[in-house]
Amino acid sequence: MSAAGTPTATLALGSLRVSFERGGASVEAVREVSLAIRAGEVLGVVGESGAGKTQAFMATMGLLPPNARASGSVRFEGEEILGSAPRSLNRVRGSKLTMVFQDPLTSLTPHLKIGVQLAEVLVHHRGSTWASAERAALSALERVRVPQAQRRLEQYPHELSGGMRQRVMIGMSLLCEPSLLIADEPTSALDVTVQAQIIDLLRSLRLDSGLSIALVSHDLGVVAGLADRVAVMYAGRIVESAGTAQLLRGPRHPYTALLLQCVPNLRAPRRARMPSLPGSASSAAPLGPGCAFAPRCPRASDRCRAERPELRAIEHAAELACHHPI
Amino acid sequence: MLHYFLRRLAGAIPTLFIIVTLSFFLVRAAPGGPFDQEQALPAEISANLQRAYGLDQPVWRQYLRYLEGIVHGDFGPSFRYKDFTVTELIAQGLPVTFELGTLALAIAILIGIPLGALAALHRQSALDYLAVSLVALGIAIPSFVLLPLLALMFGIYLHWLPVAGWEAGSARHLVLPVAALSIPPLAYIARLTRGGMLDVLGSPFIRTALGKGLPLTTVIARHALRPALVPVAGYLAPAVASIMTGSLVVESIAGLPGIGRYLVQGAVNRDYTLVLGMVILYSALLIAMGLIVDLLYAWLDPRVRFER
Amino acid sequence: MSSAPWREAARALFANPGALVALIVLALLIAAALFGPALNPNDLETLDWRHVAANPGLAHAHWFGTDRLGRDLFVRTLAGARVSMAVGLVAGAVSLGLGLAFGAVAGYVGGRTDDLMMRFIEIMSGLPLIFFVIFMTVIFGRNQLALFLVIGAVGWLTTARIVRGQTLSIRRQEFIEAAVASGAGTPRIILRHVVPNVIGPVIVYATLTVPQIILFESFLSFLGLGVQEPSASLGTLIAEGAGEMEAAPWMLLAPGLFLVALLVALNVFGDGLRDALDSRERR
Repeated sequence: MSAAGTPTATLALGSLRVSFERGGASVEAVREVSLAIRAGEVLGVVGESGAGKTQAFMATMGLLPPNARASGSVRFEGEEILGSAPRSLNRVRGSKLTMVFQDPLTSLTPHLKIGVQLAEVLVHHRGSTWASAERAALSALERVRVPQAQRRLEQYPHELSGGMRQRVMIGMSLLCEPSLLIADEPTSALDVTVQAQIIDLLRSLRLDSGLSIALVSHDLGVVAGLADRVAVMYAGRIVESAGTAQLLRGPRHPYTALLLQCVPNLRAPRRARMPSLPGSASSAAPLGPGCAFAPRCPRASDRCRAERPELRAIEHAAELACHHPI
Repeated sequence: MLHYFLRRLAGAIPTLFIIVTLSFFLVRAAPGGPFDQEQALPAEISANLQRAYGLDQPVWRQYLRYLEGIVHGDFGPSFRYKDFTVTELIAQGLPVTFELGTLALAIAILIGIPLGALAALHRQSALDYLAVSLVALGIAIPSFVLLPLLALMFGIYLHWLPVAGWEAGSARHLVLPVAALSIPPLAYIARLTRGGMLDVLGSPFIRTALGKGLPLTTVIARHALRPALVPVAGYLAPAVASIMTGSLVVESIAGLPGIGRYLVQGAVNRDYTLVLGMVILYSALLIAMGLIVDLLYAWLDPRVRFER
Repeated sequence: MSSAPWREAARALFANPGALVALIVLALLIAAALFGPALNPNDLETLDWRHVAANPGLAHAHWFGTDRLGRDLFVRTLAGARVSMAVGLVAGAVSLGLGLAFGAVAGYVGGRTDDLMMRFIEIMSGLPLIFFVIFMTVIFGRNQLALFLVIGAVGWLTTARIVRGQTLSIRRQEFIEAAVASGAGTPRIILRHVVPNVIGPVIVYATLTVPQIILFESFLSFLGLGVQEPSASLGTLIAEGAGEMEAAPWMLLAPGLFLVALLVALNVFGDGLRDALDSRERR
C-alpha cells in the first residue's frame, strides 16, 4: 500500500494532517496519515481513543468542525476532495462515499420518520420521487435484515432498538451503491451479540456488492472478523499496517503486540489478571522529538526517545514505523 | 396525537374553573362595595342598587348565579358603565385589541425566528454581532417607553405616521403600536432561536445529514429547524402574556379603543364584573395558548407524544 | 464556598467587553443619580417661568431642559432615577428573600411538600403578574405598600427554582449530614448551612431580577398604580412626558433615555455575569 496512491485506489490519504484551534492553541489530532484503500478491500483502522482515527475520516468526509485545519491530500476515486466546496463534495458524499457513525441514536434525526430519512438520500442524489424513494427505502431495510420493514418506515428513531438503528444507518449509507463505506466504531454502542450480527451483515453486504469498507475501531477483535488489511494508529500516525492474518500471527510493532494481548480470548489459558496497556494514550498535546509510544513501550531505547521512526515499507506489502520491531 | 390533545384539554378545564372561582372570591374580598366611590347615597337607594345587582344575596349564591351566567356567555352588567353589560363592552373593544395582539405576535415570530437563525448560521460575523446587540436592546426596552419614543421619531419629527388615534380599517394607526408591542418579544424570540440553532448545529444527527450529501438549506430546514425551535415554543405563552400586559399601556398611549383600559379602570373603579370578565378572558386565552404550545411541542419532538 | 472559582468567574467577566462597558455605564448612571443634582444649581420644585418646555442647553443651566411648568428636568429625572433604583434594590431584596426561603425549603424538605410547592410555582408561572396587581388594586385601592409587595414578587419564581435546584444538589453532601447528626433542627440547617452555599448563582440571577423589577415598577407607575404623589419614579415621569410629547419632547426623552440606559446596562451586565458563571461551571 504505497502512500502515493495508484489510480485504482478508491480512497487515498496523502500526508493528511488535522489540527484544531482551541483557545488560541493548536491541538493536533492527526499528525500524518497516508493510506490507500483499493476497490473491494476492507481496511481496518485500529487504535485507542484519541489516536486520530475518527478525525482522519471526518476530514475525508468534509465533516470537520469550523475550528479544524486539515492539510495534505484526500483523493477519492482519483479526485482530490480535501477542502472542496460543499456543493461539489455533496455529489459524492452520501452517494459514492458514505459514513456510518458510532452512536445510532443520536446520529438519526429524532423528529423525522425513518422512511423520510432514508428516502431523502435518493430524492436528493437520484432525483427520485418521494414515492419511489420510499419503495427503495423499503428494499434497503430488507437488505439489512430489519424485521417488519414496512412498519419501521413509519416509526421514529427512538422507537427502534440500538441494533436496528445501526442497521438503518448502514442501509441508509448503501442506498446509492457507494464505492466506499466508512464505518466509524459501528458496534461500540451495541451489545456484544448485536455486534456480531452487525459485523456479519457488513461481511455479507461486502460480498454481495464488492464495496470497499474502512472499518474504524478500538477493538481489534471486531476488525479481525472483517478486514483484509489492518492499519494500527497511535498518536495521530500509522505505526504498522499489514494483512490481517499476518498482523495477528506476527505483529512487528510493540504497540500492536500489546493490543493483541488485550483482546479477550476464550480459548487461551485463564490468567490471573487481564492485560492492559500501562499508562494512557498520549493526549494531543505537542510531542517530543522521539517516538510517541516510547514512554509506554517495553522495548524503548534512547534512540527511540530521540528520533521518531519513519513509516517504511517492509516485506509482504506491510509497513512499519519502529526502531526495534519484534 | 388526538389522545395527547384530549388529555391536555382535560387538564385545562379544571384550571380555568379554579381561576374563575379564586378570582370571584378574591374580588369580593375587597372592603367596601362598587358604589362607595360615588357620592354617598341615601340608604334606600343604596339598598335598591344592591338588590338590583344581586349584591344582597349570600356570596355563595352570587357565585352560583355567576357561574350559570358564564355558561350562557353572560358576564353580568358592568357596575361602572351602567348601560352596558360586560359582554357588550368586551365585544366592542375586543376586535381592536385582538388585531393589535395577533399582529404583534405574528411579527415577533415571523421576523424573530429568521433573524435568530441567520445570526446562528453566520456566527461571529458582523451580522451576528449586530443582531445580538439589537436583541439586547430590544429585550431591555419596555413597550411603554418604546412607543412614545417611536411616536416622537416617526410621528412628530418625521411626520411619517400618525402619533396616536384610531380609525376603523386604517392600517397606519396600527403601525407604531404594533411595532412597540412586538419588539420586545421579537428580540427574545430571536435570541432563543439563535441559541437553539447553535445547540442543534453541533448535534450528531446534523453531522449525519450533512454526511448524506444534503445541501445546507435542506439540512437546516428539515433537520435543524424543528429541534432548534423548541425553546421558542416554550416562550410562546409568556410572549402572549407579555403582549397582553404591554397592550394595556400601548392602547392607552396610542388612544386605541380596545379592552386594555377595562382591566385597569375596572380595578380602580371596583367594577367587579368587568374585572372578573377581563381576568377570565385573559386567563382563558393564556390557557388556550398553553394548549397550543403543548401541541406544538408534540409536533416538534415526537418523543413527547409517548410520554405519560 | 471557595474563592478561587469566584476569581475565575470575575476574570471571565472582565474578559467580556460588553459586560465591562455595561458595568461602567451602570456606575456612571448611579453616580449621576446620587451626585448629579449637587452639580446643578436648580432644585426640584422651582418653576422657571422664563424657560418653559425648554430644550436642553448650557446657557440657562437646564441640562435636560424643562417641563411644562418650568421645572428643571435634569434634577427631576435624577430624582426619579433614585426612586426607581431604590425600589429596584429593596424590592429586589424582597424577591431574593422570598425565592431563597421558598426554594431552600422545597429543596431541603423534599417529598410531598416539595411537590406541592413546585406545583404552586408552576401555576403561578403561567399567570402574568399584572393579574395580581389588579387584584391588589381591587382590594386595597392605590395602596403603595400592597403594590410594593407585588413588585417584590417579580422574579421570585425563577430564584426559587434555582435555589431549589442548588439545594437538591448539596443536600446529600457530608456537611449537611454532619449538621443533622449533631442534632440541628431543620430551620437551623437551612439557614446556616444551605443558604450560604446556594447563594452564589442566586446572586447572579438577582442581578437580572433588578432590571425586571425596575421595569415592572415603571410600568405600574406609568399606569398610575405604582409610586404615588408626591414621589415620582422614572415611570411616572415617562407617563407625564408621553402626554406632552408634541410640546415638550424632552419631558419624555430625559427620563425615557435614562431608563433605557439603566435597563440595558443592567441586562447586559447581568447576562455577562451569568455567562461567566456558566463557563466556570462547565469546566
